[in-house]
Amino acid sequence: MRLNTFKNVLFSVLFLAISFAGYAFENSDSKEGEEFNPKEMILHHVKDAHEFHLWDWKGRPVSLSLPIILWTDNGLTTFSSSKFHHDDNGKVIVEENGNKFVKFHEKIYQLEDNASVIEFDEEHHPINAHKPLNFSITRNVFMMWVSVVVLLLIFLTAARSYKKSSDGVPTGIAGFVEPLIVFVRDEIGKPMIGEHKYKRYMPYLLTIFFFIWINNIFGLIPILNGANLSGNIAFTCTLAVFTFIITTLSGNSNYWKHIFWMPGVPVPMKIFLMPIEIIGMFVKPISLMIRLFANITAGHVIILALMSLIFVFKTVAIAPVSVAFSLFITVIEIIVTAIQAYIFTILSALYFGMATEDHH
Amino acid sequence: MTITGIAAIGAGLAAIGAGVGIGKIGGSAMDAMARQPEMHGKIQSSALILAAFVEAVALFGVVVAFLQG
Repeated sequence: MRLNTFKNVLFSVLFLAISFAGYAFENSDSKEGEEFNPKEMILHHVKDAHEFHLWDWKGRPVSLSLPIILWTDNGLTTFSSSKFHHDDNGKVIVEENGNKFVKFHEKIYQLEDNASVIEFDEEHHPINAHKPLNFSITRNVFMMWVSVVVLLLIFLTAARSYKKSSDGVPTGIAGFVEPLIVFVRDEIGKPMIGEHKYKRYMPYLLTIFFFIWINNIFGLIPILNGANLSGNIAFTCTLAVFTFIITTLSGNSNYWKHIFWMPGVPVPMKIFLMPIEIIGMFVKPISLMIRLFANITAGHVIILALMSLIFVFKTVAIAPVSVAFSLFITVIEIIVTAIQAYIFTILSALYFGMATEDHH
Repeated sequence: MTITGIAAIGAGLAAIGAGVGIGKIGGSAMDAMARQPEMHGKIQSSALILAAFVEAVALFGVVVAFLQG
């Protein structure tokens, strides 16, 4: 009975989310009579932004303004992104702390003293402006904090329920979390790293598994309007760098021997293999980074491209096809969220296992 | 031919490669499941993971094509 209620709620939320996908398309940039450009719209949704655009209401965007934090020659400068009045073409100039700023394609530029309009040369480098150091709380940073809070709520509640229960039987949300943790331990940690060494790496493996998974899921909620955190290469790069550092620091003599002086092969082969193994050391985290980034971004791009077919053909007749296809892709993407988190974790565990493997 | 056209052809070639790869994985998984139905669950999950690997390679191609196109 309880399961049925849960299912009902889940399905209603899913359908609500899908019905919102249509609203995500009201593009504030497109003017009347202007040709609809799907590539620009898709890139706009996939990229990071300085404001949280929710929906358009009677032609005006409803959005959450996020703080802009810049480090300029005059020191720290902070103001709200609402001062740009949703302008993204460098037209609105904000004067703050003695400097003039414009926003162009979600990048903040600082104008030179005598300039009043931002100008670009042929290679799209600004002539009369430069980019200050930007530490702004962007959409992605905001979503990352939200996911951190959600994860903390889930896991602290689960931990508390274990403390309360005397027999160690999971209750409430712990009943949902425990099988996942056991899965990461028994299917990823133990087989990849080894029975007696896996415990050191479990905190990291669990953290990246749940962090990637929840951010992938947040990226699929259309009302959040493409909070595409795990489709951001800086985010995946950071996670891959963590994996690289842990692999390198936990490498034992056996691991380094396999890289610099491969045992069991003739000497010319050892010399030949050394550069390949050294490149391989760096290729592993790079492939981790690109795999997660490309999978999540491609998922977003495909869903948005299917939806923009309606606007490209300018007919409602194509709508059933594109809605059905994007529903199908969305369901696949829900599976992909878990698979990609799993693959990132299992490959990290595999590299840790290779680094700590004993000589045999 | 413009660079966009070439990029589109490149994305198509990447999709062909991924199609062959996923087809082979699916076929072999089906074979294995028919031979050993009791291993159904394990074969299915590893087939899914391998399909994700193959798909990732195709997506590399798509991303490069997207950047160029």
